[in-house]
Amino acid sequence: MPHTVYEKLKKNDPSIPKSKILEALESQDLSLEFNDALENEMVLNMGPQHPATHGVLRLLLSLDGETIKKAVPDLGYLHRGYEKLAENMSYHEFIPHTDRLDYLQPVANNIAYTLAVEKLLNLEIPERSKYLRTLSAELGRIQSHLIAYGTTVMDTGGLTPFLWAMREREKILDIYDMYIGVRFTTSYSRIGGVAQDITDEAIAAIHKFTDEFPGYLKEMRDIIERNRVFVDRLEGIGYMSKEDVINYGITGPILRAAGVDCDLRKDSPYLAYDKVDFDVPTTTESDSLARFWIRFEEMYQSAKIIRQCIEKMPKGPVNALSPKKSLPRKEKIYTKMEELIYDFMLINFGQNPPVGESYSAVESSKGELGFYIVSDGSGKPFRTKIHSPSFCNLQAIPVMLKDSLISDSVVIIGGIDPVMGEADK
Amino acid sequence: MNEERLNIIKEKLNGLGVEFYDVNGTPGIIASPENVLKICEVLKNEGSISFEQCRDTVGVDRFTKKNRFEVIYSLYSLKYRDRIFVKVIIEDNKKPETPTLTNLWKSVNWYEREAYDMFGIVFTGHPDLRRIYMPEEFEYYPLRKDFPLMGIPGSINLPKK
Repeated sequence: MPHTVYEKLKKNDPSIPKSKILEALESQDLSLEFNDALENEMVLNMGPQHPATHGVLRLLLSLDGETIKKAVPDLGYLHRGYEKLAENMSYHEFIPHTDRLDYLQPVANNIAYTLAVEKLLNLEIPERSKYLRTLSAELGRIQSHLIAYGTTVMDTGGLTPFLWAMREREKILDIYDMYIGVRFTTSYSRIGGVAQDITDEAIAAIHKFTDEFPGYLKEMRDIIERNRVFVDRLEGIGYMSKEDVINYGITGPILRAAGVDCDLRKDSPYLAYDKVDFDVPTTTESDSLARFWIRFEEMYQSAKIIRQCIEKMPKGPVNALSPKKSLPRKEKIYTKMEELIYDFMLINFGQNPPVGESYSAVESSKGELGFYIVSDGSGKPFRTKIHSPSFCNLQAIPVMLKDSLISDSVVIIGGIDPVMGEADK
Repeated sequence: MNEERLNIIKEKLNGLGVEFYDVNGTPGIIASPENVLKICEVLKNEGSISFEQCRDTVGVDRFTKKNRFEVIYSLYSLKYRDRIFVKVIIEDNKKPETPTLTNLWKSVNWYEREAYDMFGIVFTGHPDLRRIYMPEEFEYYPLRKDFPLMGIPGSINLPKK
């Protein structure tokens, strides 16, 4: 018999336990009254499965008509507890896990982590590996910015630039394949150097790539620069004042689009960034369009840095000769006694850094990516804190979304360019 | 950070009774829940120091009998392009409490929520102290040293198969 349960519920039959939702519903006046059509607010759940949120970001939007009155982000759908995992493994073991943080540019994460560990260990790496890391990090920056470029245009309805961006990105992945051996989860950087030296084949491929890339970038710029649909969708959207941007602790392209030329590569140069020549593009518009073009300009600068790295790279070893801190080469482990012992000790007990704390940050494509490591002198870190730029930048989303239209939320999220793997850790 | 600037900071913070420590080349200040607000007010608002951004909050569980929890704020000066850490050592192990810095830097909001979620450190006066990663009904603090790596079975309600 249909409706029996409902009939019993209506009669307040105590034999059937009432669910909380029904209770809440019945306590309300179910007939909707529209006094003023413009005053009715609605709560919309956006995500976590939504193509425009670029991952598993969930937003609760409070709407007045089509205008967003309030937005509450909800994180944690990709929380894997990497900080807890890091405390339970040796310093070397954590490197492959850093690939999974910002999965659009795994190399930059490897480099940021190993730099922090090296700073803790007081380990100086050879000059050649500094250049190799700089080169790989800049390839990673292009790799990440190409995705930001492609998806932003795709969110506003243009499919062609996305395919062009993916075509260029494919070339970078192929270059990684040549000298790292993996296309995606690279784990390239090692404590004390890099996994392996670059090959001539890869150098030739990078030469070819950096020669052709500015031309393709010009094509990518020309197709949208004066496209009215695209510019109208982005211009003036997601504005945030300079004071707010600073106060919300935002770094990276969003901060530079607000007129602050803050870039850790210039301010506190690490690796080989003090030996290469590049500019830090800034604008003052602080809207989604400005952020988009800042990322675009950075790709030119990255190509410039890669070119200089290839030219200036000195010859020499790529791994520090420090047996108690840096893993020996594989071929030596199989032939030499000492190396075998060192390898055994490092793999089983890890490096033993001095007791203390250390912080090291790099400028990743999204902002400041840092690792704060607390050491108690044992082979495992006592505490590893990942300072992820996506997490910090996402905090500004309620400010940017306020009083904008619901269709603009897609563009605003694209302007922040979050990667949830990194934001959720 | 150069010596000259560090001396200015030491001079301005003179009456507050703070100690300095070293984070591998970057200076740090050791504070307590009582004086952290005053210290950070000076650090942010004094024109010759001016740390405009708070970029991170690190919670640490030392797992000791006394002074178990620490909160480390990472401050960055856009004017001088350098960094300083402010470490708050919390004496009370049972009820770790420290005042919030959300009035000074808005960015601290989520960072402190993260520290609360992971360590159970309560930031008094925080406008929106909810868990940020874990579900709201989760009872434990996962980054505390006494929380097992494998987790606690049954602590998260999963839908039945």
